[in-house]
Amino acid sequence: MDTTEKMKTENLNAWFGPKQALKEITLSIKANVVTAIIGPSGCGKSTFIRTLNRMHELVPEARISGQVLLDGQNIYADEVDPVQIRRRVGMVFQKPNPFPTMSIYDNVAAGLKLAGAKKGQALDEIVQKSLQQATLWDEVKDDLRKPGTSISGGQQQRLCIARALAVNPEVILMDEPCSALDPIATAKIETLIRQLAENYTVVIVTHNMQQAARVSDFTAFFYLGKLIEYGETNALFENPKSELTEKYITGKFG
Amino acid sequence: MKIKITGDKIFRFSAGIIVASAAVILIASVYILTTGSTEVLQRFGLDFFMGTNWNPVEGRESFGVLPYLLGTLVTSGIALLIGVPLSLGIAIFLAEMAPKAIRVPVSYLIELLAAVPSVIFGLWGLFVLRFWVLNYIEIPVNANLGWIPIFSGTPFGLDIFTAGIILAIMIIPTVASVSREVISAVPNSIREGAYSIGATKWEVIRHWVLSYGRSGILGAIILGLGRAIGETMAVTMVIGNAVGPNAMPTSLFQPGQTLPSLIANGFLEAPTPLEKSAYIGAGLVLLLLSLLINILAHILVTRVLKVKGGAVE
Amino acid sequence: MLNSYSIRKFKNKAAYVLCLCCVVIAVVPLASILFEVIARGASQLSIQFLTSNGLEGGIGPAIQGTLILIGLTSLIGVPIGILSGVYLAEFGDNKYASTMRTINDILTEFPSIVVGITAFSIIVIGVTGSFSPLAGAIALSFMMIPIVARTTEEALKLVLNSIREASLALGAHQWKTILRVVLPAARQGLVTGTLLAVARIAGETAPILLTILGNSYFFQGFNQPMDALPLRIFLNSRQPSPEVQAQAWGAALVLILIVLALNIVVRIATKGRFKR
Repeated sequence: MDTTEKMKTENLNAWFGPKQALKEITLSIKANVVTAIIGPSGCGKSTFIRTLNRMHELVPEARISGQVLLDGQNIYADEVDPVQIRRRVGMVFQKPNPFPTMSIYDNVAAGLKLAGAKKGQALDEIVQKSLQQATLWDEVKDDLRKPGTSISGGQQQRLCIARALAVNPEVILMDEPCSALDPIATAKIETLIRQLAENYTVVIVTHNMQQAARVSDFTAFFYLGKLIEYGETNALFENPKSELTEKYITGKFG
Repeated sequence: MKIKITGDKIFRFSAGIIVASAAVILIASVYILTTGSTEVLQRFGLDFFMGTNWNPVEGRESFGVLPYLLGTLVTSGIALLIGVPLSLGIAIFLAEMAPKAIRVPVSYLIELLAAVPSVIFGLWGLFVLRFWVLNYIEIPVNANLGWIPIFSGTPFGLDIFTAGIILAIMIIPTVASVSREVISAVPNSIREGAYSIGATKWEVIRHWVLSYGRSGILGAIILGLGRAIGETMAVTMVIGNAVGPNAMPTSLFQPGQTLPSLIANGFLEAPTPLEKSAYIGAGLVLLLLSLLINILAHILVTRVLKVKGGAVE
Repeated sequence: MLNSYSIRKFKNKAAYVLCLCCVVIAVVPLASILFEVIARGASQLSIQFLTSNGLEGGIGPAIQGTLILIGLTSLIGVPIGILSGVYLAEFGDNKYASTMRTINDILTEFPSIVVGITAFSIIVIGVTGSFSPLAGAIALSFMMIPIVARTTEEALKLVLNSIREASLALGAHQWKTILRVVLPAARQGLVTGTLLAVARIAGETAPILLTILGNSYFFQGFNQPMDALPLRIFLNSRQPSPEVQAQAWGAALVLILIVLALNIVVRIATKGRFKR
């Protein structure tokens, strides 16, 4: 598989106060594929994807060193505004977090309204398209005025995906998006992730190796804040180069 | 059937009686104020609430609390108008913006403001704030906008406006600290979701944090209103203490009177039982107003702080 | 698009500056109050001023009165407040307790002048027949009880359940467990809560205005009018003579020192509580 590079980290270190969570991560993320980040809990995988859209720095006393490149540009350069980066690199969280004070419609439209979009047909169309892309439209099209928290957990997570898609990002980060969902809702999200890869670059953190194998093209294995191994998903699962990776994917620890 | 009396039961029973002392105080107050004001209420009826005279001269007695009720509402209104935006700014700054190194000392200063006794606020208001308000606000405003009724009169510095300002300062610690708690109780997942779609920090605060916490913040504001309405000494010392029809708050720059200041000024000097009863009646009006407001605030604040982390709807 | 984004960025900065301004505006009065009280009050301070009676231009009776009020009020308010708090914390999961908790919270916000009228009518008229320290202390205890009850409840809730269970498992009765184990474990919270309540009532004026009246002489007896610092400040501030007004500033300095000292003790005792 040969694709172009969308994002790249170079010698990335991350800290929470005195505690170092990531050590010298150099990793390339290819465009329009799904990259899975796996590893035992506490290995730094969530921290890693939160550095990719500068969400990491919202935690008090969090800092990083090294570079994160998006289309070759360092997103941590002085002149770069994190708000702009987050529009280009969207995020879906572990627990569905639709905005409780907003309707389903407003949840999806919120990002566009911030950028100055006015009410009207154009906005309606983007909301509809985003919900369709997130395969939620048919289930909620008659309830767009209901609160975003009034639907089921799986639907809420797809609403959050629609919310991320609406601002037309280039990359979508997903932090264990199915960990709070039942198997049926999980299956729907996994199918959706595959579809999204046609138009977006997707990075998904998961502690579920079967999920990584099912949805991703490339997989990176993290352990204790270090990148242990990275490669095409099939190769990594069938033929791990590192002993640690092998132990992890065969369930010997984690 | 025989009930065994144990030490635990006795202890629980006696603590259960003691805990009712707050209720006893409350009921006693309502009882005292109701019976104390019977005389004036029987004599004047509705006129006691709607009248503007305060005349203890025998044969021409006439007591009405309307000017003081309005004075209380106007001064408290000014306090909210000025104090609430300041308090919200402080709460937002402390909860969402300030780095820890600044947050801790600033919260300490705001708590210190709450610790200053009301009579010292009054003393400062009488000898310091009065002249700031008079020279930098009242005289210029009166000179330029004096044709507007609420800014008319001869500014003097001891008036409704100064009382409102001092109340604004005094409610800041209450409104700011409760709002800050409400803001801190907004789940972080909401902030993260908002940041992830490209909101700026201020947009996150304005469209998400404040909107999620709105009923708790409303509760904080009403709690501040309760404080302002019941505040006695500081107001008594700066409001100018007008009595009778002169106390109607027609201009902000004229001496006025609130219900608490009326009582503080006149209660002990009241020569006749009827006038004493009138002061107690003013106390009853104040008590009912304050109970209403505080029960409302209580409902709003506790409801919000209890659903911490959960969704509103 | 870019233009609208620069407006958003500007709003973000402006909001920060505005909120910072709010803090500064709130701190100015505090700074001014402390400055004026120290500047105008310090020149008054002397042994003579602090110890002589009102006729000799001193505030001795006021200081003595405030200390007597603090003592008497604590004598009434602390035991009742702590026992109320114990009930709310240890037996507080029923409807009766939650009603009492609500009433307690409402009493905390009671208008202080109304407390004065109540105590005046019950004690001054009904019991002592005169303005008296007793009436003042009872009025102030009406304000102290709900504060102590609430802080006690909060302090007891912080005591780990395992401590209660350990004591009960040893066969101790619940009431002995509460008195000998739970209350001592929470003593720091109880002490700070009580000190804060004392700081609050020490500065209250409205309730004592209607109950102790004021007095130029030192303590005359439990059924005689008495002086107190906040009351002295209020009464002197209304006198036309600049000398008498200056005494009010001296009294204010003494009062604020008492209140600040109590707050600083609490601050030191609870160090770390505000670090999140």
